[in-house]
Amino acid sequence: MGDVAAGSDRDVTSTASAARQSRRDLLRGAATASLALAVGLGPRDARAQDASPAAGPPIKVAFVYVGPVGDLGWTYAHDQGRLFLSQQMPNVETVYQENVPENPGDAERVIRGFAQDGAKVVFTTSFGYMEPTISVAEDFPDTVFVHISGYKTAENVGTGFGKIEEPRYVSGLIAGRMSTANRLGYVAAFPIPEVIRGINAFALGVRAANPAATVEVIWTNTWFDPPKERAAAEALLDRGADVLAQHQDSAGIAQAAQDRGRLAVGYNADMAPLAPQAVLTGPIWTWGGFYVQTVQQVQAGSWEAGQYWGGWKDGTVDLAPIGPMVPEAVRAEAEAEIARFKAGEKDIFTIFTGPILDQAGAEKVPAGTALTAEQLLGTDMNWFVQGVEGDPAP
Amino acid sequence: MASAIPSPRLERRAAPSAVASAVVPFVAVALALVAGGIVLWAAGEPPVAVYRAMLDGAVGSRDGVAETLVKTIPLLLAGLGVAVAFRMRLWNIGAEGQLYLGAVAASGTALYVLPDAPAAVLIPAMILAGMAGGAVWAAVPALLRARLQVNEIITSLMLNYVAILFAEYLVHGPWRDPVGFGFPGTPRFPDAAELPQWGTTRVHLGLAFGLAAAGILWLVLGRTRWGYEIAVAGTNARAARYAGLPTARNILLVMALSGALAGLAGMSEVAGIGHQLQRSFSPGYGYTAIIVAWVGRLHPGGVALVAFLLAGLLVGGDALQMELGLPAAVAPMLQGAILFFLLGGEALARYRVTWRRPTPIPGGPAPVVEPG
Repeated sequence: MGDVAAGSDRDVTSTASAARQSRRDLLRGAATASLALAVGLGPRDARAQDASPAAGPPIKVAFVYVGPVGDLGWTYAHDQGRLFLSQQMPNVETVYQENVPENPGDAERVIRGFAQDGAKVVFTTSFGYMEPTISVAEDFPDTVFVHISGYKTAENVGTGFGKIEEPRYVSGLIAGRMSTANRLGYVAAFPIPEVIRGINAFALGVRAANPAATVEVIWTNTWFDPPKERAAAEALLDRGADVLAQHQDSAGIAQAAQDRGRLAVGYNADMAPLAPQAVLTGPIWTWGGFYVQTVQQVQAGSWEAGQYWGGWKDGTVDLAPIGPMVPEAVRAEAEAEIARFKAGEKDIFTIFTGPILDQAGAEKVPAGTALTAEQLLGTDMNWFVQGVEGDPAP
Repeated sequence: MASAIPSPRLERRAAPSAVASAVVPFVAVALALVAGGIVLWAAGEPPVAVYRAMLDGAVGSRDGVAETLVKTIPLLLAGLGVAVAFRMRLWNIGAEGQLYLGAVAASGTALYVLPDAPAAVLIPAMILAGMAGGAVWAAVPALLRARLQVNEIITSLMLNYVAILFAEYLVHGPWRDPVGFGFPGTPRFPDAAELPQWGTTRVHLGLAFGLAAAGILWLVLGRTRWGYEIAVAGTNARAARYAGLPTARNILLVMALSGALAGLAGMSEVAGIGHQLQRSFSPGYGYTAIIVAWVGRLHPGGVALVAFLLAGLLVGGDALQMELGLPAAVAPMLQGAILFFLLGGEALARYRVTWRRPTPIPGGPAPVVEPG
């Protein structure tokens, strides 16, 4: 595996162009030529013998993306996972479609198209694909579908998600220490449990570091709309926030903060290259491990539909590098906390252990008890912790 | 001197050139394929293989044809609606909003008015509600135009935003699925509200609505007195008035029919595909319908043909990334090129280009002589 990783960049590129070549052959009628040829495994009937046992038999894995792979956000993070998968497992052919709208007409067509084209595993990477995924899966019982961030499963549909709240909490610690105005802003997509949970984890981190600070939330009702995200960010900056955080898929918020000489916490992927003076850090997704694990299980025949929920300890989530503007003391404090999460001494349940008060000051979680997974993931998560300004159910 | 340079002018032809009308679509598509091919070739892709993949994706298999038909349905219904209005020179740009209102009315019927009704009752009720929703929405600009001479382009366009935001309000607020984890969207419709589908494909009864609407419109517009009235009003509004044709009434009727067809498109989309109302369920079908109507030359048969071709172009575009791994932007680029040349070609069939020097306007300011 080490060799593969070392030559990864070049290998991926040449595999991609070779794959394109081979699929052109397919169109000319040479139906047996496929990616297997391109990666040197020979025609279909010879594949099983040629494939090394460690790598498993050739398999086609499809990804459906809600945004462009170049968004440096949510979709970019998934695409990094896809590239990791094709590096780790060279005889996996990965295919993808970007910018797939979440309307059922288009999403279902694309998901169905991949299943018809022979993909054995289809990752559908946005919440809005849940119904189309379930619907297509009924017609393709031999294909494994993994829906990211949803809650519906079936015989051949599993879900995958991660405890992004763990690094989000640590990003809140850093942001709380860095705010001098004691006013932070949070640009958030939809008022759904996933996003509310993230806001609460961030705010708990902020308030642990800086009990006087508040976090103001603006909803955009979109995952990816750079101008709209930026407009929301500017409204928060206008109202005096000096550190912004986000549950959005573009870097527009961090760039808005940088343009005003203020600070930002990114999301999804390391956003520092796009706003190096502003980005303190950011919770990021590292999907590669989960993708490899899923595909290996499918190949081994051991995959079962379940609800994967990976934490920092499992390598599903991480924190982007901490920026140079963060003082040494804050950095050291954050790194100690990071080590505790990575070692499993702390996790999402530690973050949501009482006493936790809601916006009105009423006790939502008594001292010493923690919210359960069900309370965290389900519709119960419809309230904000103390210190958050905004409406959790607009 | 700037004014000495001949500049191209468009002159309206007395009648559209018959030759140009016939060859324009073919020349336009050929030019678009060549232009797109140059871009593909520059990007290192063999154009022929790319086009073949698109064609194969759109109509190369049973499933491809089925998906193309699925996409044809809303374009056909909304396109017919736009075409009816445009025939009378009523520039209804509001098909998108009328489509949303139709979907809202049909969804409300399925979820809250007749949730327990059998399909034989519920589906006709949803059809009526959808058509009524679209018709009412179109009647607003129609009334303003008929009574107060308010430009319907602006009002029908602005009402699109109102309709979309109204639908968003419903799915975020009162109609939100209580067990939907807070995500915007209504609950799933009762089973009786689902339009029957053809075999294992997603082609649903909406296709029959579309084809029936095209046939009926063809008869009504071409074979009835009312169809003739609309043609007269569209060709020469003043002559229609002198002939004593009821202009105000026809404006209302035509716009209501136009909106009803768009509303039926919205109803078909939620009852045939989505089985729930969700935000942005339409990727702009009501706007694409304007192109469909125009390229189809406002003729029901032409609209049906163009709706199918455009649907194929949209569905075939998937293959570019799914199979060839091209960037997602290539498909809309090719689609845009084809539409650009088609619409440009249409203009040339109606207008002729002349090169001549601008003539100074009598009594107008003297031409400015630029130094150098």
